[in-house]
Amino acid sequence: MTDHHESNTGPAECGPSQPDRRTFMATAAGVTAALVAPGVIMHSVAGPRTEAVTSDVRWGLLVDTAKCADGCSACIEACDRENGLDLQTQPSGAQPTRWENQKSVWIRKVKLQDNQTGRVTNLPLMCQHCEHPPCVDVCPTGASFKRADGIVLVDRHTCIGCRYCMMACPYKARSFVHEVMSNQLTRVPRGKGCVESCTLCVHRRDYGEESTACVDACQAAGHEAIIFGDLKDPESPIRMRLAELASRQIREDLALNTGVRYAGF
Amino acid sequence: MAKAVVRAGLVAVGLAWALIAQVALAAEMKTYVVAGSQAATLDSCVEPTDIMRRKHMEFIQHQRDKTVHGGIRSSKHSLSGCVDCHVRDEPDGEAVPIHQKQEFCGACHAFTAVNLNCFDCHAAVPKGPGAALASKAAYQAVGLEQSPRAVSDGKEH
Amino acid sequence: MKRIVYREWRVPPARYWSLLGILASVIGVAALAFAYMEHEGHWVTGMSNSVVWGVPHVFAVFLIISASGALNVASIGTVFRKPLYKPLGRLSGLLAAALLVGGLLVLVLDLGRPERLVVAMTTYNFRSIFAWNIFLYTGFMAIVIAYLWSMADRKGDPYNRAIGIVATFWRLALTTGTGAIFGFLVARQAYDAAILAPMFVVMSFAYGLAIYMLVLMFSFKEDDRPIGNRILFRLRNLLGIFVLSVFYFTLVYHLTKLYGAKNYDLVGWLLLDGGIYTFLFWVGWVLIGGLIPLGIIYHPIHGRDRNWIAAACGLVIVGGLSSLYVIIIGSQAYPIQMFPGQTILESGFFDGVQGAASSYSPRIPEVLLGFGGVAVALLVTAVGVRVLQFLPESLADEVMPPDEEASGRAAVGAQA
Repeated sequence: MTDHHESNTGPAECGPSQPDRRTFMATAAGVTAALVAPGVIMHSVAGPRTEAVTSDVRWGLLVDTAKCADGCSACIEACDRENGLDLQTQPSGAQPTRWENQKSVWIRKVKLQDNQTGRVTNLPLMCQHCEHPPCVDVCPTGASFKRADGIVLVDRHTCIGCRYCMMACPYKARSFVHEVMSNQLTRVPRGKGCVESCTLCVHRRDYGEESTACVDACQAAGHEAIIFGDLKDPESPIRMRLAELASRQIREDLALNTGVRYAGF
Repeated sequence: MAKAVVRAGLVAVGLAWALIAQVALAAEMKTYVVAGSQAATLDSCVEPTDIMRRKHMEFIQHQRDKTVHGGIRSSKHSLSGCVDCHVRDEPDGEAVPIHQKQEFCGACHAFTAVNLNCFDCHAAVPKGPGAALASKAAYQAVGLEQSPRAVSDGKEH
Repeated sequence: MKRIVYREWRVPPARYWSLLGILASVIGVAALAFAYMEHEGHWVTGMSNSVVWGVPHVFAVFLIISASGALNVASIGTVFRKPLYKPLGRLSGLLAAALLVGGLLVLVLDLGRPERLVVAMTTYNFRSIFAWNIFLYTGFMAIVIAYLWSMADRKGDPYNRAIGIVATFWRLALTTGTGAIFGFLVARQAYDAAILAPMFVVMSFAYGLAIYMLVLMFSFKEDDRPIGNRILFRLRNLLGIFVLSVFYFTLVYHLTKLYGAKNYDLVGWLLLDGGIYTFLFWVGWVLIGGLIPLGIIYHPIHGRDRNWIAAACGLVIVGGLSSLYVIIIGSQAYPIQMFPGQTILESGFFDGVQGAASSYSPRIPEVLLGFGGVAVALLVTAVGVRVLQFLPESLADEVMPPDEEASGRAAVGAQA
């Protein structure tokens, strides 16, 4: 799947400047590279991305709520570890109950019961990566943006911390960093005064990995309730599953065309 | 008339200053690279040193937009590369946050009184799996396969 | 009718400087509060990921909409050709600018990254109503300054009406835009209503005028300048109309919400079951901000008493802050309805378990920041009237121009 869709990063189809670089690298590898430094060595596996993402793919998730186990929090713990959210510490002097509502949460479990039928549903809830994200519409500086491959992100360099995106998000998917940070992970920069949310493990996308932390964890826990993949590729596992299962979007009425779909409730 | 004289005088002073500065730089060739960092063992940064001194912020800023919006992670101008190579390791192997007052970024920024806010959000030491991947392009630009840290840490993922 | 003479505010220096001292110390404390919040991060406030905008935004929005409301008095004079209001125009413009400065300061200082203000001023996303508001605010400031010039400088007089008309439309756009910041949010049930935009316009009329009247009465009293009953009662009657209009919009807002079954729970919560928000709605917004002031304004005896009129203005202001507290914070506290027809049994992120609202209690620093904005607005006004000729020597009945431009006193009371 990744090969098919990230073929534009592979050696075969590089931008116009790339072949020059590569032939150069082939002949003048080693010491001289240090001086002229074109810098990029292509890997046969999908390595670090060299070309900007395109809209040829649209990343998304499918959650099969029938398989989402009550009381399981594997996806949440995995997300916290992956993105360094487990390194958040309660500032000394903070009131614990308030802090619970102030620390960042990118994914959470929700347990629902139908008022009429009493049927209980468990599901993980995170940024829904809308095609028409309200958070992007309202952001005054354009810091909140949708990447070409459908991932909704915050550019922390231009985020001024106004939190209007949090007001606009129908899923309460975003968190504001309320405290000074000092022990971030290299792959997930995060700091005081900016808004953040699920990135669909964007670093994994850019280094050509298959899936997301939550999906891996759910699989490892034996549930396989979440599938990650390319919503634009009819052959992808997520699309094949979507073709079989009846699924829906949360707040379908808003017509946001979410990238995260739910089945089974 | 008087104005022209003043202007000519200013230009002359400016030129003289530039000349002196050049000579002084050439004479000193002082390095600010911190002993105990990987960079201290290398001949050159990803660009010639004088260019890095003047333009590192432009490189980083240009690269950041390509990474955040385009997802391009193969740039040798990555901040992760700066940190990985220039951070100083204590003898016990613990890396010292690079923006601290005595360290590579912090010392110079403190001296020039230029606000350094990269590390409000970015990791000031290589941390976590994937750190080696992020600095790989920069290392390759200076002739190394990847961060020596990654080798000693064993697996990067 | 005599020529209106404007003079600097000539209160005794001791009194003037002590007033300035008090305001400056409030501002100083607010600056410390800001420094504390900026240093520590927002965890020291009551704001959270559930209630993301708190008391600072209540103050900021209140000051910003009051700014445009305060400009109404000048507009009535120039745009609607009521000569009686002309002598009030300069103070109206000054107060508008001052309130806007105060409000914007609070808004900006509450940002997560206030040092990046330059980013907000240089990088725009024009789909964002918030970005539009940045232009509306800065443009308002420029227009008000031009307006003041056209009122105060003889050379500006020919442009006075034209600028006045632009200012009127601009201030309507500004309050509409501010209301739209909330009204356009489809995500939250209590916001998602276009009526919030005109409602904010009407609120701005009422709150801006109440502030204007208080400042006018205070500054004139301190300086022993007379205010005639003619103008004072006109302003009072106008306030009554505006407060009634706020009521009307409040009613329509709730009826709009109440008509759809999906909003039954929301309205029920807000009006009956919402704790502090229910209290602030009924006691703050309706009673203190509406019924009592109306009772005073239309009371045959108290309505003619200046102290009572001042009290009515003060109550309208308290009611205004309550109404914005309910609108801004209450609407966030009510859980987002993501799963209609389902009850949330458990949630890892306060999604309204069993319909519970999010909790928010303001912390001291954020309240101090809000007060700081008010103090900045008053300080700018106090310095302005002291050093420049904003205040007329007298607003006594005999020096005031006729009510209407041409037909003399025929239309007395038509306005009200």
